[in-house]
Amino acid sequence: MMVVIIDYNMGNVASVEKAFKALDVAAVVSHNKSDIEEAQYLVLPGVGAFGDGIKNLQALDLVDILHKKVVEDGVPFLGICLGMQLIAEVGYEFGAHKGLGWVAGEVAKLESKKLHLPHVGWNDVTVVKDDILFKDITDKNFYFVHSYFLNCVNASIVSATCEYGQRFAAAIRQDNIFATQFHPEKSQGSGLRLLQNFLSSRDYA
Amino acid sequence: MLKVRVIPCMLFNGFHLVKTVAFGQMRTIGNPVQTARIYNKRNVDELIFIDITASQDQRPPMFDVIRDIFKECFMPLSVGGGIHAITTVDRLMKIGADKIIINSEAIRNPDFVTQVAKKYGSQSVVVSIDAKKQGKAHWVCTERGEENTGMVAEEWAKKVAKLGAGEIFLNSIDRDGTMQGYDLDLISKVGKTVSIPVIACGGAGSSSQVVEAVKSGEAAAVSLASLFHYTQTTPDNVKAALHEAGVPVRLT
Repeated sequence: MMVVIIDYNMGNVASVEKAFKALDVAAVVSHNKSDIEEAQYLVLPGVGAFGDGIKNLQALDLVDILHKKVVEDGVPFLGICLGMQLIAEVGYEFGAHKGLGWVAGEVAKLESKKLHLPHVGWNDVTVVKDDILFKDITDKNFYFVHSYFLNCVNASIVSATCEYGQRFAAAIRQDNIFATQFHPEKSQGSGLRLLQNFLSSRDYA
Repeated sequence: MLKVRVIPCMLFNGFHLVKTVAFGQMRTIGNPVQTARIYNKRNVDELIFIDITASQDQRPPMFDVIRDIFKECFMPLSVGGGIHAITTVDRLMKIGADKIIINSEAIRNPDFVTQVAKKYGSQSVVVSIDAKKQGKAHWVCTERGEENTGMVAEEWAKKVAKLGAGEIFLNSIDRDGTMQGYDLDLISKVGKTVSIPVIACGGAGSSSQVVEAVKSGEAAAVSLASLFHYTQTTPDNVKAALHEAGVPVRLT
């Protein structure tokens, strides 16, 4: 099983790599096209600003190959946090930026009302659509660190929601494209289980 | 609902895990990597690791030890002690730290807080404040509590929040290691002044005192060491008490 964690200089890839290692899965951290070409599973992690994320993917010339692998070839993809947001059509963090455009929607700032931003810490998610990602996960508390969220045009792709000032998409699934706003790699047993579920998604496709 | 976090605090002296009393006498507790492994097994919300003698001894943080601790953790890890340069922050982030705890360097060079926040985001920057009570005021101290900076805790907290800190790790020097209860006055004073989360530390000797820190001190998170090191109480016991008191916690 070839898992490639895309390294595009946007934060903590070490944690994601370690989480897969804990599952006894050899994951490669890479931005080489030859690795991405061979990947059976692709993971796009990331912490940081939307514009920087897209800029880094472009600078590494990864936009086209990711599109080919994920959208055309249907390789299972997991976007985490910023990695979830980058697949939208457009993001509005520090100005408008075009995203990868794999899912219809835009990335907007949370309306936190009186609550603090960023939304940091453990929060519980509500699974709104039965999905392989949440299979056999009883404790649905996950660790979040973000100020922006993916506002999907198509609500039917939302598999879990979370409440913080407003209800927002905590996880989505559109065919082979999975994404979580929270960090499974920081969410103890529940997070590890979710990653394992992602790796079995081929069998359930 | 966002949960109130219970965060075990691990203090390191370059050799062992230790526990201090009022920032003074150090008692050896054990091996930091083993302890991190146990806390991970206990499914804690988050961990804090501080190398308390690094700055004083003028040495860098022990990257190898931190790397080994990190390997054990599948929850967020905050690392502090001996962090005075952005290159140190870079290295810790690369190893896998989620948050960096800055203390004396923030006092010496407040721009450092902004520098780290700009590079890694405010959510990655925790400023640690060591406060000592004199009269009615809580004074910010440095040099492991030896030197009074002349600033009061709530004013300094306000300033670091403006500089870009994402959280405040608030220590009561007087209560440290005493297990006599948190300094509720200090916690609520600082908590009322800033809008960023305050992690209360220093003095927890029972689950009910932790409940007090959250209920009347309004701490967003609580950190503690002695209660876990010296008694049978586990993080889960503390969280069960918080839950009973109506505080949202992540029950496992």
